[in-house]
Amino acid sequence: MMLALEDVARRFGTVRAVDGVTLSVAQGQVLAVVGESGCGKSTLGRLALRLIEPDRGRIRFAGEDLGKLSPRALRARRRDMQLIFQDPFGSLDPRMTVEQAVAEPLILHNIVPRAKVRERVAEMLTRVGLRPELATRWPHEFSGGQRQRIAIARALASGPKLVIGDEPVSALDVSVQAQVVNLLQDLIRDLGLTFILISHDLGVVRHIADRVAVMYLGRIVEEGTTAAIFTAPRHPYTRALLAAVPGQGGGAPPLEGDVPSPSNPPPGCHFHTRCPFAEAICRVESPALEGGVACHLADRLPPAVAMAEAEPGGARLARLQEFFKDGARA
Amino acid sequence: MNAIPPEPLATAPAVRQSPMRLALRRFLRHRLAVAGLVIVVLFVLGAALAPLIATADPNATSWSAIRREPSATYFFGTDENGRDVFSRVIWGARASLAAGFLSVAVALFIGVPIGLLAGLAGGWVDALISRIADAMLSVPFLILAIALAAFLGPALENAMIAIAISASPVFVRLSRGMALEANATDWVEAARALGNPPWRLGLLHVLPNIIPPLLVQATLSIAEAIIAEASLSFLGLGQQPPAPSWGSMLNSAQRFLTQAPWLAIFPGLAIFLVVLAFNLVGDGLRDALDPRSEKR
Repeated sequence: MMLALEDVARRFGTVRAVDGVTLSVAQGQVLAVVGESGCGKSTLGRLALRLIEPDRGRIRFAGEDLGKLSPRALRARRRDMQLIFQDPFGSLDPRMTVEQAVAEPLILHNIVPRAKVRERVAEMLTRVGLRPELATRWPHEFSGGQRQRIAIARALASGPKLVIGDEPVSALDVSVQAQVVNLLQDLIRDLGLTFILISHDLGVVRHIADRVAVMYLGRIVEEGTTAAIFTAPRHPYTRALLAAVPGQGGGAPPLEGDVPSPSNPPPGCHFHTRCPFAEAICRVESPALEGGVACHLADRLPPAVAMAEAEPGGARLARLQEFFKDGARA
Repeated sequence: MNAIPPEPLATAPAVRQSPMRLALRRFLRHRLAVAGLVIVVLFVLGAALAPLIATADPNATSWSAIRREPSATYFFGTDENGRDVFSRVIWGARASLAAGFLSVAVALFIGVPIGLLAGLAGGWVDALISRIADAMLSVPFLILAIALAAFLGPALENAMIAIAISASPVFVRLSRGMALEANATDWVEAARALGNPPWRLGLLHVLPNIIPPLLVQATLSIAEAIIAEASLSFLGLGQQPPAPSWGSMLNSAQRFLTQAPWLAIFPGLAIFLVVLAFNLVGDGLRDALDPRSEKR
């Protein structure tokens, strides 16, 4: 396992952002963590890299317990695990040129000799589809898509094994999204990256993930292969999430009510307040994640309607991707 | 790997625009600020070239020319010991500007690292530093400077040390606040995720980003320090006689306000002009460096 989380939890004040998550990613795998905003998926990403300290639980990275590393050892380890942020306008230091930003991980971890840094930066920029001549410019001179490419070049410069993308395309224009998704897919394949995609865009998730974990109020409610999650979702929340994709309709009853406050989650199964199937036991006992699903009634629920193969988001994305591939050939 | 179409170059401007260059251009559009800068430069030149500009030895007394009115020989008149006021104002600029620049430089040197430490380390370190800075800021700037200068003994160097110490808590508080603000941004988190050690985070990422507000505050603090030096010298705690200083000149002038007003007018005017000039420059810098106008 490249990364394994065991019963990881973190509170902020009274908010239980992440409430006991056990999850693992194998080497070379793309795992998507999906859920509504506020479900704790971004916090989970930062906990996995120990950018935030967990209250409890263990994080193993390539077999090593991250919690036991000294600050210095942890910093040295960061060359192998990187993060791509959602907002490309916020994640680049405004007073650093592109070259300085991409060179930083190279210098910090002594990846290449000083004399070769410039060359390597040019290589990385070319790799993400930017002209190396742009290296002397400042972040404010670029568009969102270009900035995100710079952030990707920076994240990959040290040659990490694990990369976490925290909604890496959701702040971009739809046309640019497709380009950046293409780029990420190419890089994952060519560099053999282990990738955790934190996203709420199920179209993108279906497109690039091998496995999917569904989060609700700080807990994983269902986990499985992308095909299984999309064609045979078992947890009522997963079904509702898939049904909520625009144009999908009918697959499952729509969700009623709002997400309960994470500082005062309902007892028992967190989802029972909005679950159309909820029974007495759901209000009392919290279901464990067994066989990939955390639901007392998983075995008794009616079979789910599979999400249509050509769901609108995916089709739109696929068309755009095709368009840009053609553009490259022309 | 699929060929990714290179991004068109057209979206980026033709000339390289560093954030500093953009700020400079905005500053130069600000007429009053440029005027202030010109005045500051003139004073600095005057102080640096004092031996060439001064028409007489600033300390040479002449019993035959006591309290002369301003004239072609004595541009600003003479004082009660027959010394040339023009020459003393020129030489006095050295004490004032040295006090302004040096004491603020020292205040920055003390205040900024401590403030960055407080903002980035947090916890009890932050609490301790912040309480000390608050305690110092609760005493009026000038009163604190006078108390320190009196404690250190009357000399220009001691006055400068006193002013530097009194001016530093402002920089502690400012850089702490800016460091806290920066700490909450994605780019600082990104820098941390890349594996930056704390010192690199503070010096290479946070510090360059808080230089603009520090520069504005430093300019305004120089104006305050010049007033403080003049006040200390007025009280006899700064520049010691017979060496010239605007503050001590005002002190001796007060006895002759009605008979020889020029003794007070010219050093007073010098203080007024230089302080006004620094304030104008500070305001111009603030407008030029305001991050909200960065996108324009």
